[in-house]
Amino acid sequence: MISGMLARKIGMSQVFQDNGTMVPVTVLQVGPMTVTQKKNKDRDGYDGVQLGFEEIAERKLNRPTKGHLKGQTPVRILREFRAEDHDAVTVGQKFDHSIFNEGELVSVVGTSKGRGFTGVMKRHGFGGQPASHGHRGKRLPGSIGQCAFPARVFKGRKMGGQFGNTQVTTQGLTIVKIIDNERLVLIKGAVPGPNGGLVTIRKS
Amino acid sequence: MPDLMKVVEQSQLREDIPAFRVGCTVRVNYRISEGNKERIQAYEGVVIRKHLGDKNSKATFTVRKMTQGHGVERIFPIHSPRIESVQILKHGHVRRAKLYYLRERRGKAARIREKISARSRS
Repeated sequence: MISGMLARKIGMSQVFQDNGTMVPVTVLQVGPMTVTQKKNKDRDGYDGVQLGFEEIAERKLNRPTKGHLKGQTPVRILREFRAEDHDAVTVGQKFDHSIFNEGELVSVVGTSKGRGFTGVMKRHGFGGQPASHGHRGKRLPGSIGQCAFPARVFKGRKMGGQFGNTQVTTQGLTIVKIIDNERLVLIKGAVPGPNGGLVTIRKS
Repeated sequence: MPDLMKVVEQSQLREDIPAFRVGCTVRVNYRISEGNKERIQAYEGVVIRKHLGDKNSKATFTVRKMTQGHGVERIFPIHSPRIESVQILKHGHVRRAKLYYLRERRGKAARIREKISARSRS
C-alpha cells in the first residue's frame, strides 16, 4: 500500500449526504499508477517506490525516459511515494483509487493558479489607502520601514510580486464519496490549482 | 472533463419531483429532525423563483407565503433527499420568470391568476 496517489482535478460541485445535508466537493480523477522502480535503503539511502501516471504514446518520450522505462508502458509523469509494506511491492504492480476509503482524511498538494505580478492588496491582503480626502495611490503599500536607522528595508518585507503558481498543500480534507467506475474521488472542500491540474493526494 | 462532472451530478438527481413552474402554488413536505425524532413539515406557498433548472443537481426553488402578515420565503434544493414530496396545488398564469414583484404587494394585489389549461394537460 502506497502513501499517496496522483490525480487530475475535474471540478467542483455539491453532493447530498445521507442525512440530507449538502456538502461542497472537489471531484478528482485518481490513478491508476504503475510501479516503475523501487528505491532501496542500501543503494539509494531511503526506501521509496517510483510510480508512473497517465499512459502516453512511446514517441512522446524523450530518450533518457525511454531508457529508464525500458520494457514498461510509457507514462507521462513519474512520482515517488513511500510504501508501508515496501518489500511486498514489485515493479509493474498497479495501484488505484482503492487505496482510499470514504470518510478518510487526506491532504492534497497542487500548484495554485498563477496570478502574475500582483499588488500588495491582493497578494498579502493589505488595506491600501483611502480613496478620497486628498489621498494618492489607493492600492499602494504605504510605509515600508523606518528612517535613518536602520536606513534599509528589512528582509521579508511584504511587497508586490509574483502571486500563485506555487506548490500549495491543503490539509485535513475528508473523502466524501468514491465512484469506482470512473475512478472519481470526491473530497470535501477546495483543492489548489485549476480544473485539469495535476494534484497529489496524500494520506494524513 | 465536463462529462465526468455529469457522472457525479446525475447520481444526485431525483426523478420523482413533479414538474412545477414559477407561479405554481405548491405544498412541500419537508423532513425535519428534532433531536433524534424525524417528522414531516408541510410548507405551502407560491414558487417565485427557480434557480439553475431541473436537470442541475444544485438547482433550488424559492417558495413564498404570508404568515401573520409577514412574508416568508424558503429556499429548497430541488433534489434534496429531505424533501418527502412536492404537491402542485394550483398552476398560476404568470408572465415573469422571477416573481419578485410579489414582495411589494399584499392581499388582493398579490393574487396570481390560475392557469386553467395547464391542469388538464398535466
